[in-house]
Amino acid sequence: MSNEIVIRGGTIIDATTAGNRADVLIRDGVIAEVAERIATPAGALELDADGCIIAPGFVDIQVHFREPGREESETIETGSRAAALGGCTAVVCMPNTDPPLDDAAVVQAVIARGRAVGLVDVHPSGCITKGRAGEQLAPMGEMYDLGVRIFTDDGDCVADARVMRRAFEYSTALRGAVIAQHAEDPSLVRGGHMHEGEWSARLGIPGRPSAAEVTIVARDLELARLTGGRYHVLHLSTAGAAQLVREAKLEGVHVTAECTPQHITLTDAACEHYESTFKMNPPLRGEEDRAGVFAALVDGTIDAIATDHAPHAPETKAVPFEEAPPGMLGVETSFAVACTQLVVPGHLSMQSLLARMSWQPAAIAGLDAVQGRPIAAGEPANICVIDAETQWVRHASDSASKSRNDPWEGQKLTGRVRHTVLRGAATVINGTPQR
Amino acid sequence: MTKHLLSIDDLGGRDGIERILDLSESFLEITRRDMPKVPALRAKTVVSLFYEDSTRTRLSFETAAKRLSADTMTFSVSTSSVKKGESLLDTVQTIEAMGIDAIVVRHGASGAPQQVAQWSNASVINAGDGRHEHPTQALLDAFTLRKHRGPSLAGLKMVIVGDIRNSRVARSDIKIFSALGVQITLVGPKTLMPNSIVGWPVTVSHDLDEALIEADVVYLLRIQHERIGDALFPSLREYTARWGLTAERAARLKPDALVMHPGPMNRGIEIANEVADSPRSLVTEQVANGVAVRMAVLYDLLGTGGPVV
Repeated sequence: MSNEIVIRGGTIIDATTAGNRADVLIRDGVIAEVAERIATPAGALELDADGCIIAPGFVDIQVHFREPGREESETIETGSRAAALGGCTAVVCMPNTDPPLDDAAVVQAVIARGRAVGLVDVHPSGCITKGRAGEQLAPMGEMYDLGVRIFTDDGDCVADARVMRRAFEYSTALRGAVIAQHAEDPSLVRGGHMHEGEWSARLGIPGRPSAAEVTIVARDLELARLTGGRYHVLHLSTAGAAQLVREAKLEGVHVTAECTPQHITLTDAACEHYESTFKMNPPLRGEEDRAGVFAALVDGTIDAIATDHAPHAPETKAVPFEEAPPGMLGVETSFAVACTQLVVPGHLSMQSLLARMSWQPAAIAGLDAVQGRPIAAGEPANICVIDAETQWVRHASDSASKSRNDPWEGQKLTGRVRHTVLRGAATVINGTPQR
Repeated sequence: MTKHLLSIDDLGGRDGIERILDLSESFLEITRRDMPKVPALRAKTVVSLFYEDSTRTRLSFETAAKRLSADTMTFSVSTSSVKKGESLLDTVQTIEAMGIDAIVVRHGASGAPQQVAQWSNASVINAGDGRHEHPTQALLDAFTLRKHRGPSLAGLKMVIVGDIRNSRVARSDIKIFSALGVQITLVGPKTLMPNSIVGWPVTVSHDLDEALIEADVVYLLRIQHERIGDALFPSLREYTARWGLTAERAARLKPDALVMHPGPMNRGIEIANEVADSPRSLVTEQVANGVAVRMAVLYDLLGTGGPVV
């Protein structure tokens, strides 16, 4: 079988070009040629991109693939397939597995499994602390040597300021390493199940106040300033934290931030009928926070869109809201939701959206040598082809994920991934996964 | 009414509430007969599914169902398959498979009865869910107050004192009494007030003595001792001093002001012993009216619409 692919008839948008109509020839995992008209070599696979955008593959720097430990919810294989369908060529999976990714052996196993599946580049993040207990540092250097760049106790916040300071200090010896925080002060959110506000009061559900995020981000920014460490705010969800990040960037603090499609689209009102699908941490916020995060994503304060793709087996979500685990699916729908919310109404150009979904998150995760690259000869062929015009209705039952906790069920979306190419091999053709 | 009673909202506003209260009057008359039983719900089956201990509410519902000639079953969580790890969904489907007409649900999680209603074809009655609602308590409270100050309660001033934030009784009472035109003031320290009252037809005060001057009704909520551990207030003594209805405070009430409490009372904490037993107190009457009100709810949800008899 030929190892050549021609992507025909699309418009290239990458970090250097916005709107160049061209064919793309891929050979041996690398882009061989980009030209107005390329004849299809004998035996080459031809991917139709007529009316579509050819872009660097997406990089989702916050997904939960649940392996090892929670394989009934998701596996590296099912999660990778969902990611490829979402246009991703790389993901960073979070370390709150069982056992957690807090030592080299488990990290190595996840890397190996990701390679064996081969549908998306799977990059594990590593724990900041052993057992995610927030006390002793995990062997960051050993995990770094395996390629880990993002360190986080995600799911839990590193609450102890002294431990967080040490993590920042230690990480400065690991070039390109970043300390990523799930910023919710545990003492303020203890017992809470949704955003604290109008809706939590009405529904009688204990809340998780915005202040729990803002106070941790304020503290961590001071520690980043003090230590010179790199700081990344995971799933930023409050207007207050966005403003702190905006100011810190101006002052030269090494900080980046991401937000999820759900936090810029939905509010706590989604919890009105106690539907546990809409439960996540940090929670869907009130309108003021939603608008503040949206604005920060548009003005560039927030660098990346990441999904916090958090599968939970149906039986674990079919319980009272307060008893359900937090998290929702996202990796498959991220582009469609972001396109619908940001590009269609004219808040962001397509190139600016792609920046937040591809080359900017690639840079945060230290993957920018191979991911988010321009569509140009000699570059690694990590590409997605997206139809930005098509309208479709999301059905969770179509998902490649093992779980069904999809907040976009029944929603009409604009924009869809058509093909995905990972290192020169098509992982998705016409919306169909190739394995 | 709709098929279920999950929230006071299901009653459809003032008219719907008054219809149930009127119906409760006829059932109160029946409960006072020598033979307090009617065949209205013969061959109907009502199941109590209680995930929290509440002997009072459960017995009140079961008595109401029996006086309507319904068959009753109790699914007692402490001795059942739930102890073996059965989920709420599986439990509901199991009960449903036995062929039943109504499920009376008490659950520690807000919204649990809403979910049961989605999973079941039976009528679901909320007997208290988490911090959300307790609609039959509110109905019996409104019924009791109406007997003293009715038929219209419009313009009355009610002061609700205590842990509003964590109280399902307060949420349902605020809805029912505001729908009936009562002006409501919530009183207590900010730690026990809702985090937001956007859309709530109430005012909030932190000064009990001031709020009591105009009060026609004082509704006291039970104070949970364990709240002290969560730093919500310093001590029971301090709570009583600032927010308790002591005998001295009761003496300054308007002469005809009434006192209510959903029970069980902490005598000497939120309510002084002599106030609880004073002629102002409607506490035992509240309990007595509970059966009639629950008969009305069951009849309305399950009855064929024929005469009560």
